Amino acid sequence: MATYIIRRIIFAIITLIIISIISFVIIQLPPGDTTSIRLQALQTGGVQVSQEQLDLIRADFGLDKPLFQQYFIWMGNMFKGDFGESFYYNAQVNQILKERIPYSLMLAFFSIIFIYVIGIVGGIISALKQHSALDYSISLISFFGLSIPEFLFALVLMYVFFRYFGISMGGFYSIEFRNAAWSLAKFADFVKHIWAPVVVMGAASTAFTIRVLRASMLDELRKPYVQVARSKGIPEAKIIFKYPTRVALNPVISTVGYILPTVISGEMIIAYVMDLPTLGPALLNAALSQDMYLVGAIVMILSALTVAGTLVSDLLLMFTDPRIKY
Amino acid sequence: MEKTEIKNKKKRGVSEDLSYGRLIFIQFKKHKAAQIGMIVLILLYLAVIFAGFVAPYDPQRRLKVPYMPPQTLHFFDQEGNFHARPFVYGIKMETNKKTFRREYAIDIEKKYPLNFFVRGDSYKLWGIFKSDLHLFGVEGDDGLFLPFGSDKLGHDLFSQAVFGGRISLSIGLIGVLIITLIGVIIGGISGYAGGKTDIVIQRFIEILRSIPMIPLWMGLAAALPANWPQFRIFVSVVIIISLFGWTTLARVVRGKFISLREEDFIMAAKVSGSSQFQIIVRHMIPNFIGYILVSITITIPMMILGETTLSFLGLGLRSPTISWGVLLRNAQGLQNISLYPWLLIPGAFVILSVISFNIIGDGLRDAFDPYAVTRR
Repeated sequence: MATYIIRRIIFAIITLIIISIISFVIIQLPPGDTTSIRLQALQTGGVQVSQEQLDLIRADFGLDKPLFQQYFIWMGNMFKGDFGESFYYNAQVNQILKERIPYSLMLAFFSIIFIYVIGIVGGIISALKQHSALDYSISLISFFGLSIPEFLFALVLMYVFFRYFGISMGGFYSIEFRNAAWSLAKFADFVKHIWAPVVVMGAASTAFTIRVLRASMLDELRKPYVQVARSKGIPEAKIIFKYPTRVALNPVISTVGYILPTVISGEMIIAYVMDLPTLGPALLNAALSQDMYLVGAIVMILSALTVAGTLVSDLLLMFTDPRIKY
Repeated sequence: MEKTEIKNKKKRGVSEDLSYGRLIFIQFKKHKAAQIGMIVLILLYLAVIFAGFVAPYDPQRRLKVPYMPPQTLHFFDQEGNFHARPFVYGIKMETNKKTFRREYAIDIEKKYPLNFFVRGDSYKLWGIFKSDLHLFGVEGDDGLFLPFGSDKLGHDLFSQAVFGGRISLSIGLIGVLIITLIGVIIGGISGYAGGKTDIVIQRFIEILRSIPMIPLWMGLAAALPANWPQFRIFVSVVIIISLFGWTTLARVVRGKFISLREEDFIMAAKVSGSSQFQIIVRHMIPNFIGYILVSITITIPMMILGETTLSFLGLGLRSPTISWGVLLRNAQGLQNISLYPWLLIPGAFVILSVISFNIIGDGLRDAFDPYAVTRR
């Protein structure tokens, strides 16, 4: 077991290294480097920069060194908590990350709870009432959930709520609470706002969970041990929840590693559509203005968070399901 | 005598007299939803192939009616008389004295009947055939028929949606070619070679799958220079989206290779001196072509969603190129969609095509292998 944990951790580290290389490549992709952008900014400001000064600046950033050395400098700085500078936000990248990561994590956390609660309940109902109207409507809704692009779902939801209920969604708080101190009223306002992005972010994965659980539950329900339990006179509710449900849940639990990246991906877009102060809009703004240090840092951080989350869930799974072989 | 036997066999669901392809066809025909999906897709692709003919207007033409809401067809006029040929009313543009916004009103005096095969804006079908014939529309230049309304610049949204489908629907097909090629090759190598190669490839796939796709796409798309020609951007977007999409297929192919490797008939082929290439191409691939097909049908919608999302964010294709994602970019912000909700209509095309592909994929999976595990 210990070897399994160690192997899993080593694997996570290798993953992180590969991700860091990809992030670094992304930073390097556009022609020119950070100095050329700064140079442009200075020249439009009417400042003349000589070649010597330019070389000095480049040496300062380590840009005169070969690419693989630059990679190690970038990595080293990252470990010190220095992700470079963002010229779009005109701030340190880690400052931006610090402000936005908590919101991103919170959204992802709530979405995952939503996905599993609705997904598991829906999947079980769908399987127990196979071929009923309820089953068909759940299947239909989950098909929609898989097929709607997240941003479109968010837009339609915003439109419907504005048009028919007069609620304008977007942001985490209403205007009057935006700068207010935390209070019960502010918290209530916050709850009123957060469910919408959570639902949109979770829609596709919830649909996916329902379908996986429905299939595995149907398989289990057909097995002879369920018949035996019935013949022994065990109450139906106990049969279902004590035996087949627990077995059927395993494939669902093992999808955590797949759902986490999907949720994080979805958050990027929805946060932009719904105007939430998370990493998504920061990444988009950075990407649109080719602010590559910020782009690279966010890609790196998001992937690292996902890998960490998957690692934790895998280790948890190891304790909850003793049948997993190491 | 023989006939009744076949009938009985069919009744029991046993039909070894039928060929593999025939069996699949029968299975697929049972899936009614998949057939509806197939019809929808055929219609969509036909509309897109003959875009110039199906669209009543040139999608780039600026009609003088910005932000006009969708027009409805009428069968009954104001007096309640029935018209076998539906018509649209003329439109009056007025400026609201209070809000200073342009508003459209129906002009009951003018009626324009809807006709099939009318002459209108000229276009070049597939860049070759010059024509000005359109499937439907109103004759002349006085009346307009915009079933989906118009956008900020007065483009007919219906025509734009039809033309947008050309990019959005073909991106899926081109991307899937790339994905299938990479997936089959890497999956094949992994499954056929086995051992260390297999382990390394599988770990690499796991790593790719654990990275959130959209931030990665955004990062890569950000590196595309804005001054590139549209075609190069199009190709780059296809490549970016397909770059990480092959992992599912590679896994399927690998699994099949491993299970087939142990089969007797492969052994027999080996013993009788077939080359490796021959074994793979003649004996193995025909055995899992179905899985590839299923995988393709569920990958295409992923590509369509990818393009739509990137273009919507402004990182993929940009206007004046028309794609569904580019069109939906107009529908940004609560203010826009609350004032001009019809700008969301191109999204219905996205959903329709994606659902159709997904349902067909489901039907094919059932047809090829009823026991396959669902994995998106």
